[in-house]
Amino acid sequence: MLIIGCGHPDCGDDAAGLLVARRLRELGWRAVEASGEATGLMSCWEGETDVVLVDATLSGAPVGTIQVWDAGQAPLVRERFRCSTHGLGVAEAIELSRALGSLPPRLRVYGIEGRRFEAGASPSPEVLQAVEQVVRRIREEIPCMKQD
Amino acid sequence: MSKTVTKTTRTIKVDYLARVEGEGALYVKLRGDRVEDVKLKIFEPPRLFEAFLRGRHFMEAPDITARICGICPIAYQMSAIHAIERALGVSVPPAIRALRRLFYCGEWIESHALHVFLLHAPDFLGYEDALQMARQNRAIVEQGLRLKKIGNHLVSVMGGREIHPVSACVGGFYRAPARQELQALKPDLEWALDAALATMRWTATLEYPDFEQDYEFVSLRHPEEYPLNEGRLVSNRGLDIEVNEFEDHFLEQHVKHSNALQCVLRERGSYMVGPPARVTLNFDLLPEVARQAAAECGFEVPCRNPFRSIQARALEMIFACWEALRLIREYEPPAQPRVEVEPRDGKGCAATEAPRGILYHRYSIAADGRILSARIVPPTSQNQRRMEDDLRALVPLLIAGPEDRLTWRCEQAVRNYDPCISCATHFLRLHLERN
Repeated sequence: MLIIGCGHPDCGDDAAGLLVARRLRELGWRAVEASGEATGLMSCWEGETDVVLVDATLSGAPVGTIQVWDAGQAPLVRERFRCSTHGLGVAEAIELSRALGSLPPRLRVYGIEGRRFEAGASPSPEVLQAVEQVVRRIREEIPCMKQD
Repeated sequence: MSKTVTKTTRTIKVDYLARVEGEGALYVKLRGDRVEDVKLKIFEPPRLFEAFLRGRHFMEAPDITARICGICPIAYQMSAIHAIERALGVSVPPAIRALRRLFYCGEWIESHALHVFLLHAPDFLGYEDALQMARQNRAIVEQGLRLKKIGNHLVSVMGGREIHPVSACVGGFYRAPARQELQALKPDLEWALDAALATMRWTATLEYPDFEQDYEFVSLRHPEEYPLNEGRLVSNRGLDIEVNEFEDHFLEQHVKHSNALQCVLRERGSYMVGPPARVTLNFDLLPEVARQAAAECGFEVPCRNPFRSIQARALEMIFACWEALRLIREYEPPAQPRVEVEPRDGKGCAATEAPRGILYHRYSIAADGRILSARIVPPTSQNQRRMEDDLRALVPLLIAGPEDRLTWRCEQAVRNYDPCISCATHFLRLHLERN
């Protein structure tokens, strides 16, 4: 299994995915950090069979809300991930991979709803709590999948 | 998209500009057949990174600025490093200079491949976006992805990692690659050079609108090499200055409708930076293989048709692959990966050629190494006024045609510049207004 945390380290709640990846890496999981740019993500998951991706969302839900999608089941709603600064982001990476037949057989996406995304801002307390919850959920849901 | 029609006026709004990095909106107001107003609207808070840099040690600047843009982090690192080295009176040996050029080639390959194949190609091939193109023309998307991956790989070998590379620093690199590490990249880069040549030939088969503008092109110009990190600032209208004179000749202006500052030439107005400007002003410095490809494809300079920017990018991909292979062939690892740098107070500026055009940085540094002030002028804020001027000229030519075609062409005219709105304004803020 590969964990991919997306986001920007200096832009407030956009760091949510990166924080999850760092925490899981400390706990011994195979976890990488990515900016969220589509082709970079596609390189990250190339050849992987089981991927969990974590990113910040901006969907209008209360800050800190955790949402989970199974990318194999249906396309992601692009607007939810428009807090990415990239013209082609998470949703586009998934759909491009699906079209090219390179989507990992299992790809789940955790979204953590953010509120502030300014450069230099710290993550919101609600987002930091959600980061810990997502870490816990991934560990609980996939207890036997810990990788070195 | 929405439109408002009264007896005398018509308004076209595109609230989300697809296939540009970041997010912006386009507003065109017509009165009869006359364009009354054009605004490229950007919603993001500007200049936050400049404030973020104040008080930080100068050695942190390359890594902090690299995070401004996920697409062109090397450009930010290079401009920051060169500006700070000038402030501190540091000069580096030729081997480090060559490594920096190689690093930049990787970024040009990945950035140009992304724009040519995934962002710009759908405009010419009639697809809504890269996704539709992937479903119906898989080969072209795969070609683009492979080229981009080769650029990414070069960056990761040089920079330690693909995203937010960390090895470049003031004085050189924290670690210089071994000769074998670079030699291992040659087969991929040889394939990439062939693919870039094929891309140039493919761009010659595309249909371009008949639209030319009398641009003032601005780029770096080096006496001996196609510009990346060094050179004087020149234009086709007589500008020929040292980079430290930038602020005497260029002016950043606030405009009400945009959070990004717009940069203009004092008393002359808009100008163009980026691939069409670079190839126009430096065509003689391209390698023979690129000049020959241009001739075979009927590509001529000056490149006054902005829709042909896709050809200028393809030409620069040829250059970047060729230059990377040359630098790897001639590479001798430096005795030391970096020169020692002592803090001192000083001011320094630099401009380097980001994939989208000139990226200007200026720093003021205290005796203890703290950054007192930072100024960053990204290429998109320099091109923004020019994009609006293109739209002013383009809209009257299309006004008699169907509304959806007019809107699509306007969007394409913005995408010609590969605008990185997140760079120009430093972070994206989501705009969900829908009409």
